[in-house]
Amino acid sequence: MFGHFSYIVTVFLMVAGLYIVIARGNLIKKLIGLSVFQTSVYMLYIAPGKLVGGTAPILAPNFSIYSNPLPHVLILTAIVVGVATLALGLALAVRIQEAYGSIEEDKILARDNSVELAEDSRL
Amino acid sequence: MSLLAHLPALQVVLPLISAPLAVLLRHGGFAFVIVTAAAWAAFAAAIGLWLQVGEVGVISYSIGNWPPPWGIEYRVDRLTSFMLILVAGMASIVLPYARASIEREIPRDVHYLFYAMFGLCLTGLLGIIITGDAFNIFVFLEISSLSTYVMIALGRDRRALTAAYQYLIMGSIGATFIVIGIGFLYLMTGTLNLADMALRIREVESSRPVLAALAFLTVGLSLKLALFPLHQWLPNAYTYAPSAVTAFLAATATKVSVYVLIRFYFSVFGESLVFEKLPLPEIMLWLSLFAMFWASFVAIFQTNLKRLFAYSSIGQIGYITLGLSFDSVNGLTASIVHLFNHGISKGATFLLIGGIVAALVGKHGVPPAPTLDRMAGLARHMPLTCFGIVIGGLSLIGVPGTAGFISKWYLLLAAMEKAQWWLVAAILLSSLLAVAYVWRFVEVAYFRQPATEPEPRLKEPLGLLIPAWLLIGATIWFGLDTSLTAGSAFEAAQQLLGRSK
Repeated sequence: MFGHFSYIVTVFLMVAGLYIVIARGNLIKKLIGLSVFQTSVYMLYIAPGKLVGGTAPILAPNFSIYSNPLPHVLILTAIVVGVATLALGLALAVRIQEAYGSIEEDKILARDNSVELAEDSRL
Repeated sequence: MSLLAHLPALQVVLPLISAPLAVLLRHGGFAFVIVTAAAWAAFAAAIGLWLQVGEVGVISYSIGNWPPPWGIEYRVDRLTSFMLILVAGMASIVLPYARASIEREIPRDVHYLFYAMFGLCLTGLLGIIITGDAFNIFVFLEISSLSTYVMIALGRDRRALTAAYQYLIMGSIGATFIVIGIGFLYLMTGTLNLADMALRIREVESSRPVLAALAFLTVGLSLKLALFPLHQWLPNAYTYAPSAVTAFLAATATKVSVYVLIRFYFSVFGESLVFEKLPLPEIMLWLSLFAMFWASFVAIFQTNLKRLFAYSSIGQIGYITLGLSFDSVNGLTASIVHLFNHGISKGATFLLIGGIVAALVGKHGVPPAPTLDRMAGLARHMPLTCFGIVIGGLSLIGVPGTAGFISKWYLLLAAMEKAQWWLVAAILLSSLLAVAYVWRFVEVAYFRQPATEPEPRLKEPLGLLIPAWLLIGATIWFGLDTSLTAGSAFEAAQQLLGRSK
């Protein structure tokens, strides 16, 4: 049970993040959920790469157990991707607020529908 | 000679360099020249690689001279080179079109940023195709996706913003599913190199993490390729994006995701794992059929021409995944050849619709939407545009003499091979739905009387017409001469399934 501790945390974050994305209508909250979801993946990669008592993989006479450095490198890249996604998402949310005056999904939808109705009646 | 040896790297690096250069120049015209030059160079590199593959078989290129599986490997086989030609070729044709098209659709002071984004998107798509490293696929996927969201958000309608946001959420969920899948594979095999992974996966074949990885990758990629019912992001994104972006995305983005799916299914997991341990063929078969019928059916009732053809795209993706589910050389050939044929036909159609959008004038401050009502009697004013759309439509239906017929033919062959006669009937029946939605345009444009006086700007913009007609020409050419498309696809399918001639 305790041996799988890191996986349990990972899966909890994963599901919680995905739930927020689906259940919330506020565009900012959705992005928070998305970030949590993406962060859980960092755990998924990093945790198995660590050995208890392992050091950085530098050959030295005193050490024989090394941690795997590759997941860290991968996740550094993934963090950059996550930051870029979040930044772009927030920028879009700002633009949507400017264009619609709201960042609530249902209000945006209602405003779009009224525009479409107006377009139809004009034709 | 040494330059030829580095073609795989140049393929990706040239468009990659063009993007920051375009930003630094801060000038629409210069940025256009740089990015277009890079796209044409990439197209030339793709053709060069296609020829090289014909001579030496599989090309393996070690980035930074680190031998695989330690370093990142670029791997070019028949399927890779075929897809590279599609993507780089589409970019080479769409970019000159974009020059004339975004003039009307995007504020001039951000033109250079548009070209930078286009360059990045092209880099990402080419990188996904050529790389032989699983994590690299994810990185390139995000490069192309992020730039795609930006380009969609550049559309004039404010709904472009919500479409881009929605696509960002769905796309990021899909990409994260893909990383989770790759993570599981890495945990089980200890390698990220696809070829190495394919060898090592045999030892852990039926372990649960590998099956979970397969499931995560399938769902994530299905989101990206808009497989029914994960297609929700597609209609709005295609409808509200700038015309040039819609055409490029419709022709390449979903197709590249299908390519990744094929790569993982056949090159990494292997058919025995994908098609025997999980009920994937059945699931894929039914989802494909739903897509073919439901999306084509919905397309018939659309009033916006762009949205109509967006739904048609979802239906056409159904044909591609249907071919995958057969697990036979003919089925896979049908999928691969339809990737290409649908790409050029749909790309051409969207380019022509962009021409119509450019000719229409917006009313009441609302940007012009290519609604069918405004196209009454359009064929009289824009005969070449309308005729082009009709040919593109015929290719979507699968009429002999157009590229679409070739893919449908292989699909029917694959269905007959398995003696699935009801599927043969289903494929033909769903083509009738395509007839219905293409006919809606024909009826309005050719036979309906215009309600009011024609709008003064209703004439055909030549700069938009030439690139579109190049693709229409290709649609007809590849419907008659199939040695390049069907030949490459057949060879690629045999390579993937590991079956000799």
